[in-house]
Amino acid sequence: MWGEGEVTIVYADLGCPHCAAAWAEIRARPARIAFRHFPVASKHPRSPALHAAAEAAGAQGRFFEMVDSLYADRGRVDDPHLWRRAERFGLDLERFEADRRSEAVQARVRRDFESGIRAGVTATPAVFPGRAET
Amino acid sequence: MIAVGERAPDFTLRNQDGEKVSLSDFRGRRVLLVFYPQDFSPVCSDQLSLYQEVKPEIAAKGVEVVGISVDHAWAHGAFQEKLGIDMTLLADFEPKGEVARAYGAYIERVGHANRSLVLVDEDGAVEWVHESPSPLEIPGANLIFDALASVEA
Repeated sequence: MWGEGEVTIVYADLGCPHCAAAWAEIRARPARIAFRHFPVASKHPRSPALHAAAEAAGAQGRFFEMVDSLYADRGRVDDPHLWRRAERFGLDLERFEADRRSEAVQARVRRDFESGIRAGVTATPAVFPGRAET
Repeated sequence: MIAVGERAPDFTLRNQDGEKVSLSDFRGRRVLLVFYPQDFSPVCSDQLSLYQEVKPEIAAKGVEVVGISVDHAWAHGAFQEKLGIDMTLLADFEPKGEVARAYGAYIERVGHANRSLVLVDEDGAVEWVHESPSPLEIPGANLIFDALASVEA
């Protein structure tokens, strides 16, 4: 969760160019942003790894820094690039590595994805403004 | 559009590998026919990528997902490869759109199918249908899960 005001729920795919293009505008909204993972792996094969990396960064309080960085520099999304980001954000790299490969992180990402499916999300980014926090 | 309870018209079409596939091959299993406009179009790409993501959950309910469009088998093979999907894609190519027409899913003025879903039961009867208001609208996967839940209830 980021920002202040009403909660805007955003289903986004970290490998999606449309999401990257829209992200600055979404971030500028006067709202609290609830990011929901919606990786479509068949379309963006690297997405599951990126969502796991964001969750792992989030476990150390740097979720939105990782998301911002991934959207800002879509050309650098391989593992060494993720490690460099982790170092830049001051993360414990060993923990980051363990977390991003953990079942708990995979389950968290899948849970978001399934909630998106239930909400009828068919493409990303899908923005639901002003929804009550659930 | 074909109605619930009707016999699903049988057909034989080529799949992405050029092999013949008939609806009757699925007898004893349930199949979700996904009529879509065109390979490689942006909306169809989004739709099939999305369904690919939930294909295991749909399969867990005993339903196979099969895409059908007016594109040729060769195009289906390339489309499948591009999207990284593995669902069967059938070529309603010649006579063009004949199967989509039989299901009432063909749009004559544009020359391709509307985005329509048809769930066929183990005995070849139509269990559920959904027709998009327009080809630009993707039926959310939630509709499929809702339909499977209501049919089972």
